[in-house]
Amino acid sequence: MIEYIGITVLWIFLYGYLIIASIDFGAGFYSFYAKMTDKKHTIRQVIDRYLSPVWEVTNVFLVFFFVGLIGFFPATAYYYGTALLVPGTVALILLAIRGSFYAFANYGARENNFYLFLYGLTGLFIPASLSTVLTISEGGFISVEGGDVKLLMGELFTSPYSWTVVLLAITSVLFISASFLTFYAKRAGDRDAHELMRKFTLIWSGPTILFSFLIFVTLRNHNAEHFNAMLEIRWIFLFSLLSFLTAVSLIYKRKRTGIAFIFVCFQFAFAFFGYGYTHLPYLLYPHLTIYENVTSPEMGIALIMAFIAGLMLLIPSLFLLLRLFIFNVEYARGEKKTY
Amino acid sequence: MIEDPVIMSRWLTFITLAFHIILATLGVGIPIFFSIAEYIGIKRKDPHYLLLAKRWTRGYTILVAVGVVTGTIIGLQLSLLWPSFMNASGHVISLPLFMETFAFFFEAVFLGIYLYTWDRFKNRIYHWLLSIPIVIGSTGSAFFITSVNAFMNTPLGFDVDNGELTNVQPLVAMFNPAFPSKFSHVLTSAYLTGAFILASIAAFQLLRGRTHVYYKKALHLAMIGCFVFSIATVINGDFSGKFLASYQPEKLAAAEWHFETEDRAKLVLGGILDPDEQEVKYGIEIPLALSIIAFNSPDAEVIGLNEFPEELWPPLMIHYFFNFMVSAGMFLAGISFIYIIFYYVNRFNALSPWLLRAIAISGPLSILTMESGWIMTEVGRQPWILRGFLKVSEAATTSEHVFEMMVVYVVLYFTLGILLPIILIRVFSKKSVETELEKQQVIL
Ligand code: HDD
Ligand code: HEM
Ligand code: HEM
Repeated sequence: MIEYIGITVLWIFLYGYLIIASIDFGAGFYSFYAKMTDKKHTIRQVIDRYLSPVWEVTNVFLVFFFVGLIGFFPATAYYYGTALLVPGTVALILLAIRGSFYAFANYGARENNFYLFLYGLTGLFIPASLSTVLTISEGGFISVEGGDVKLLMGELFTSPYSWTVVLLAITSVLFISASFLTFYAKRAGDRDAHELMRKFTLIWSGPTILFSFLIFVTLRNHNAEHFNAMLEIRWIFLFSLLSFLTAVSLIYKRKRTGIAFIFVCFQFAFAFFGYGYTHLPYLLYPHLTIYENVTSPEMGIALIMAFIAGLMLLIPSLFLLLRLFIFNVEYARGEKKTY
Repeated sequence: MIEDPVIMSRWLTFITLAFHIILATLGVGIPIFFSIAEYIGIKRKDPHYLLLAKRWTRGYTILVAVGVVTGTIIGLQLSLLWPSFMNASGHVISLPLFMETFAFFFEAVFLGIYLYTWDRFKNRIYHWLLSIPIVIGSTGSAFFITSVNAFMNTPLGFDVDNGELTNVQPLVAMFNPAFPSKFSHVLTSAYLTGAFILASIAAFQLLRGRTHVYYKKALHLAMIGCFVFSIATVINGDFSGKFLASYQPEKLAAAEWHFETEDRAKLVLGGILDPDEQEVKYGIEIPLALSIIAFNSPDAEVIGLNEFPEELWPPLMIHYFFNFMVSAGMFLAGISFIYIIFYYVNRFNALSPWLLRAIAISGPLSILTMESGWIMTEVGRQPWILRGFLKVSEAATTSEHVFEMMVVYVVLYFTLGILLPIILIRVFSKKSVETELEKQQVIL
């Protein structure tokens, strides 16, 4: 029981991170793009108004995920920890550059193109490097001999599956964030920004769906067991496709951009939970399973109670944040004063 | 040495934590002061205090941003460098680690709101209320993380059965014996460090000839904080010493170069140790003081290092770090005491240049004091990572690439360490206090 609650909670948080971090990463990239092409006055203000109040919250989702993972499934610390020293460091350095240069560029005294450049570009590399953890979890990239865990870099760099995951991560980031900014720009009543972001949503929709499809194809060769499990619940992935088509057609018709974004969220929810569900019971194929490597019942229950208590604190405060900034039309239009 | 993953992991952990702890300590210490400043500003309708709160918050935000970055690094790095340790502690002490993320979350959400709503409420007190969750959140993260660190010193709340951890009691582990004295000392010393940094900035500006009353108010508010929290820190520092005497006698003995178990033990300050003879040269000896520090009584018996096998001795150099912390702690308390006396006794000038100079160096000094306290605690736990259960040498990663990674991190910290002060200075010099005050008056 505890293992199911644990993995569900963690997966929901990872999904949350996927959506809000994608918005954040993509927005950084578009902001940089706009600066370079001198579209400064349309989309950049919209982006800045969204990003400023929420950047720190995004990061906590990630921290929550890995701390929770170690809590519920301590052995993951051992296996992933030993194997991921080098790729983990790369991801951390990128996160560090992004986080600090955002603060420097935003609160620091003047606009600095170099900071913006770092900020924009790391936003694409971070999802790419983080997504390799999911790739590794499919098995075949880690050797375990005795107690000695090693990452097989060569395999990782030559696997078609691993590259497809990276490409999907990047295109999804650009697609998710463009669809959100389409909505936010419209809400803010900024026509130019809306048109531009609409164009980007449509541009990135094709590659996103193409790479999602290629994931199936390459996974089939890489981990047939998982592939077959996915085929068994193919309806979930069809729902994902339907949500995608609905979202894109709404955005194409310039109608109901808010609903369209919700459908994008559905699209990724179906795919992500379908993927996660069929990945079970493995945390790391074939070495770690949620049954054998779950923490003791005492700790499990304590973590779940802490989680419930934490949510009671967080949901109202997140609601307040959303109400004051994201869903506040005056704020989105930039009519409210900020400091 | 470069090939040895244990030594390299220790160095990398040391460097990362030493960097993070500066930002973390200020992250815990500063919020209460901008909260108090805003409250005074609202109650007295004093624009100076409101501006003070705004400017302190602005600096704080940049520090927190980098703190979040380095904190995320530590959180993951602990698993990357100490996989066996995290595997074991994941079973027993993950509860506070997990709760810490909620504290961050809470703080992050409200900091986001607080920063962007200065003028959005008709009744300003609502805005002030938003600062309270920030104080609670940052204090909460200190609470939970200190619990983890306390657990490393006095692990409790589990049994070991054939290498398996059984009978786990998360709350017993969380509220282990080291926790109360450690948390209170960490918390008040964080408030103290925050206060001294703020005071030292104000003192520096006054020394540079900025005489606006704004700076005097800033200095005074911060110095009251220094006074209160330095007394508190000295008192619970004393409790920390008593805790050590009962629960980790080898750490206290190593810090004091106290080899033979004896009653009426003397305290040694400074000096040079002759390890073979176990004799101290050139040290200042205070009779009976160690017994009093350890157990509040001159006749108490204090356990010496010779009771322990030599391979379990902590490195003896922690003596200097301990001495430094205690003497600097006394100095900081003294400075704030003198300031308060001078301020309230009219005959003296609380703004005399020599006092301001002393305050100006006290900010950086309090950071050094805090760092040496941590070095004494962490190095004094050697060779254990979980005292009595897991040695550092058994817990490290087996990866060969730690050195290369360390180079990368050092470059990162170096860059951040240079840019951070530059950015901070630029933020504050871009808008001077005087111009901001002029603008603000129009609104009020
Ligand atoms: C500005 C900061 C500061 C100041 C002025 C002091 N300390 Fe401290 N001290 C710390 C900052 C600190 C710390 C960084 O917060 C430590 C490191 C670990 C901990 O629990 O707190 C610490 C640890 C620490 C320990 C070790 C606890 C352990 O290992 O479990 C002892 C015995 C003391 N302190 C005692 C004192 C005394 C007697 C002081 C009186 C002058 C004092 N400290 C001033
Ligand atoms: C909950 C809080 C903390 C945890 C979980 C923690 C964990 C660790 C670990 C795993 C090590 C490596 C093993 C060792 O060499 O002892 C270590 C060492 C060290 N830590 Fe801590 N630490 C904490 C707090 C801090 C803080 C805040 C500092 C501040 C500077 C610090 C300073 C050090 C130092 C100096 C070492 C190196 C010891 C040596 O090289 O001998 N620690 N800590
Ligand atoms: C006693 C020593 C420590 C204190 C007082 C402390 C406190 C803090 C504070 C105040 C922040 C800034 C975050 C914010 O303000 O929202 C922070 C960030 C962070 N710290 Fe530390 N910390 C300490 C040691 C550690 C250690 C040893 C770890 C590793 C387990 C750690 C993990 C983190 C993480 C993951 C973050 C980033 C959280 C985020 O994304 O918001 N800290 N810490």
